[in-house]
Formats: sequence, C-alpha cells, structure tokens
Amino acid sequence: MALFVIGIVGVLTRRNAIIIFMCIELMLNAVNLLLVAFSKMNNLANAANNPSAGSDGQLFVFFIMVVAAAEVAVGLSIIVMLYRNTHSVDVNFLNRLKH
Amino acid sequence: MNALIFSALSGVIMMYSGFVFKSNKAIRTLAHILLALVIVANLMELKGIAIFEVDTKGMLYFDKFALLFMLIANFCTLAFFILSSKDMERVGRSYSEYFALLFFIIAGIAIASSFKSLLMLFLGIEIISIPLYILTGTDKLNLKSNEASLKYFLLGAFSTGLMLMGIALVYGATGSFITSEMVVNPQFEVLLVIGMMLLLFSMAFKVSAAPFHFWTPDVYDGAPTVFTSFMSTIVKAAGFIAFLRLFDDVFSGIRPEWKILVAFITAITLFIGNITAVFQQSVKRMLAYSSISQAGFMMLAVYALNSDAKEGLLLYAAAYSIATIGIFAVLIKMKDYTFDGFNGLARQQPLIAATLVVFLLSLAGIPLTAGFLSKFYMLKATINAGGILLAIFAVLMAAVSVYYYFRLIQSMYFKEGNPIAIDISTEFRFTLVALAGVTILLGLFPNLITHWLYF
Repeated sequence: MALFVIGIVGVLTRRNAIIIFMCIELMLNAVNLLLVAFSKMNNLANAANNPSAGSDGQLFVFFIMVVAAAEVAVGLSIIVMLYRNTHSVDVNFLNRLKH
Repeated sequence: MNALIFSALSGVIMMYSGFVFKSNKAIRTLAHILLALVIVANLMELKGIAIFEVDTKGMLYFDKFALLFMLIANFCTLAFFILSSKDMERVGRSYSEYFALLFFIIAGIAIASSFKSLLMLFLGIEIISIPLYILTGTDKLNLKSNEASLKYFLLGAFSTGLMLMGIALVYGATGSFITSEMVVNPQFEVLLVIGMMLLLFSMAFKVSAAPFHFWTPDVYDGAPTVFTSFMSTIVKAAGFIAFLRLFDDVFSGIRPEWKILVAFITAITLFIGNITAVFQQSVKRMLAYSSISQAGFMMLAVYALNSDAKEGLLLYAAAYSIATIGIFAVLIKMKDYTFDGFNGLARQQPLIAATLVVFLLSLAGIPLTAGFLSKFYMLKATINAGGILLAIFAVLMAAVSVYYYFRLIQSMYFKEGNPIAIDISTEFRFTLVALAGVTILLGLFPNLITHWLYF
C-alpha cells in the first residue's frame, strides 16, 4: 500500500512526464505485490494438500506485467514524439489546449 | 467468441495489408470486407450457430446482451468506415495500420462486453485503451494532437493503476476473480468496499463521467476528428456496457453503499456536461461536452440496474452512436469547425442539412427519433429504481441540451453564409440518409433491437 500511495502522490505532484510515468509503474508493481500476498493469504488453509491453490492471483501478475510492457512501449514513443516537437518533457506544456 | 476471433485476425491481416497493397483504395475495400465478415460471424452466433467452440473456463460469457451490443458496435463501425474511412488518408501515411488498430479496439470491445472474470475486464479495457492512445497521437506534427495523446496516455494509465488496485482488493476480499464464484469473507468486507470505490472511479474515468471528465474535451478536441468520432461513440458505449456488467455481477450485493455515490456522479455529470456545452463556440468541442452529458444519461442505467436499464442502454448506445457518427462525418468535411462555419449549409447542401437535423433532434431527445425512446427507457428504469428526483433533474438537463443542439440547426437554416464543404460523394449522401432513416425507424419501433434480447 505504501508503494501505491507513493505512486499516486508522485503522479499528482511531479511535472516531468517521465517521472509521472515511473510513478504509474510503481503503482502497478504495488498491485503485483498485493496480488501475490492475497493469493497466499486466501489459500493458507488448503495450500498443504493442493500446491497449486491460489495460482490465479499469481497468473494475474504476469498479465499485468505484459500489459504494462505494452503500455511502456506506447507511452515512451508518445513522449519521444512530444520531445521532438517541443524539446521538453514538462507536462505544463499540456495547458495549450485549454481555450 | 467468433466475432472476437474474427476481429483480432482482421487486425493482423490489416497490419500486413500495407505491404501487399500499394493503393489506399484496395486497403479500404479489404477493411470493409473484413468488417462485414465480423458482422456475419456475430449474427450467426446470435442465432446460435458457432463456427469455433472455445472453452474459456468461465472467463468469458457470451450471452444475448453481450452479443447484441457487439452487433450494434460492429454495425456502427461499418457506418463509420463507409462515411469517414476516406478521411483517414488525410491524417497520415500509415493508412492500413489505422484500420488494424480499429479492429483491435473492436476485439477489445468484444472482451470488455462479455467478461465474467475481472482479469478479462482488465485485458478488455486495456486492449481498447492502448490503440486509442496511438490513434489520438497519429497527427504527429500537430502539437495539439501530441498533447492530447500524452494527456490521454498519462491519465489513462493512472486510472488503469487505480482499477488494478481495485481488482486486487476485491480479490483479497472474495478469493476469486470469476464473478460468479465470489464469496465475500466477512472479515475483509472493508476491502471489498474500498475496491468497489476504486473500480467505480476508474470506470467513471474511462467513460468520462464527472468529476473525472476533465481529460475529455481536450483529448477529443486535440485528436484527429475521424478518430474522435470513433472514440466518443462506440468506445464510450462499450465502457458503459462493461461498467453495467461489473456492477451488476460483482457489487449488486453491496448496493446501498454505492447507489448514492453513483447518483451523485450522474447528477454532476449531467450538470457539468450540459452547462459547459452551452458556452462552446466550436462544434467539435460542443460535441465533446455533449458526449459528457450523454454519458450522464447512460450512467442512469448503472444507477437503476434492472431489465429496463439493460434494454435502454443498448438502445441508447445505438441511438447515440449513430447520431454522433453522422454529425462527425459531416463535421470532418467542413473547413471551419465553429458554429459560424455551418452558416447557410441548408441552402448549399439541403439533403445533408436535413439529415443533420434528424441526428441533432435524436441527440436532444425529441419524439419520433431513437434518442427520445432511449432517454424514455432510461428515465423509466430510474423511476422504477426509486430515483424520482434524479429523473426530474435529468429531464431538466435534457431541456438545457436542446439549446445547443438547436443552435447548430439555427445557424444552418436561418443564417446567411458560405460554408466550405469538401469532397462529398453520392455514396456519402446515401449512407447519411440511410443512417437518418435508421434513427427514425428505431424511434418508431424500438423492438427491432430489444426483441433480439429475448428471441
């Protein structure tokens, strides 16, 4: 949870697009840890006789990793595209649309 | 299932068609044929004939509701292709890739509208979102498009993070991702409530309900108009289907906790969307705000959660998508996107102006159009669910919306001007008239859609 809150605070306060992006990744990793912990916790009782109990939570983690990787590919290319046009990765540039 | 498989395959085929075909016309024709195949597969499955049988271990469940919505979405996409696919050429050079991304979005819509497992909900929403980030930024040299896509990406990824946290907490409280196997552990009920709130926030974000709507006008305004047309209609309706299914399947047990919250979000969405739309000068931005206010109406279905709401949401998705795609298709042809740019269109293009009037009346909810009946279904469902005050507020806000829709009609018919519209073909006119016909037909006989749910 602490990791997740660090991620949220980072997204809301930082102005650099890449750092915001890193904070989002931090949130996703917090979720990964939590999922693994929950999958163990929910299946403490039957873990002894069924070694694969709770594997759904752990499988979810792999899906999150794959999707996060896809998101990184798209996100970084968007940031690079913006940098080529403005020579900056500051999100304060984003206010130009508001009028 | 079949529509899902076909649309994903079509996406891959379109990706490689850029190497094989050199002319844009061939690529366009191929895309139309593939989409027609997807629709045929979808129809066959709705009638009970499946080409592939895939065991999804209970993760996806294709009931009539999901299949019917997929059919509506595919049909609207076909209308969008016929009307606007030529205009995609003006956006950039990678013509076949745009079609590929659109097909992937359709596959994502199929997953998101038929999920039974929270894993599939997450995958579906992501498969919809990631191509949209790209499509928003396709106008690479336009700074507005760049900004819109970065903003959309950062906020979208942030809300995905919230959604994942919600899913993890729900998993912690119930011990399963499959919606029908969830057993709430009374010890951890607080986890379920927090998870529900995070999921509510992130879904409200995806369907642009206030107070999470602030990205919408900027992104819709900055994105190339062709893609705004797609993402403000079909994608938004798909978001609502996923929203409805999620709250129906998972959280109907803890209804008192979220009902008032959803009512609040609905009211504030209707208010902000309608009031802000009144002050817009650009038609494109007005449509962005109008899409927020229409989202408020669709939120009523999530509030009510009964069979009326489900029928109403399907009808609403069809009515709203058809009308907005039609208006956007004309808007793309215009040189000037402000209200003044439409001055005198009725004299120059009487047929197109007349179809536009039908679409605008449908959006405003005037009787004899599909928009009226879908709004009627929503209000009926809300009153049955006990939200009379909310229904009254929605009607008041619908009255406000008449103002800005009629402003466009006024400038087309009662003002002098010389609008510049380019490249209007006969097939374009024909499709517009057909869409206007469908709008009126659905307004007279809504059973055409809803009876598919039961037979």
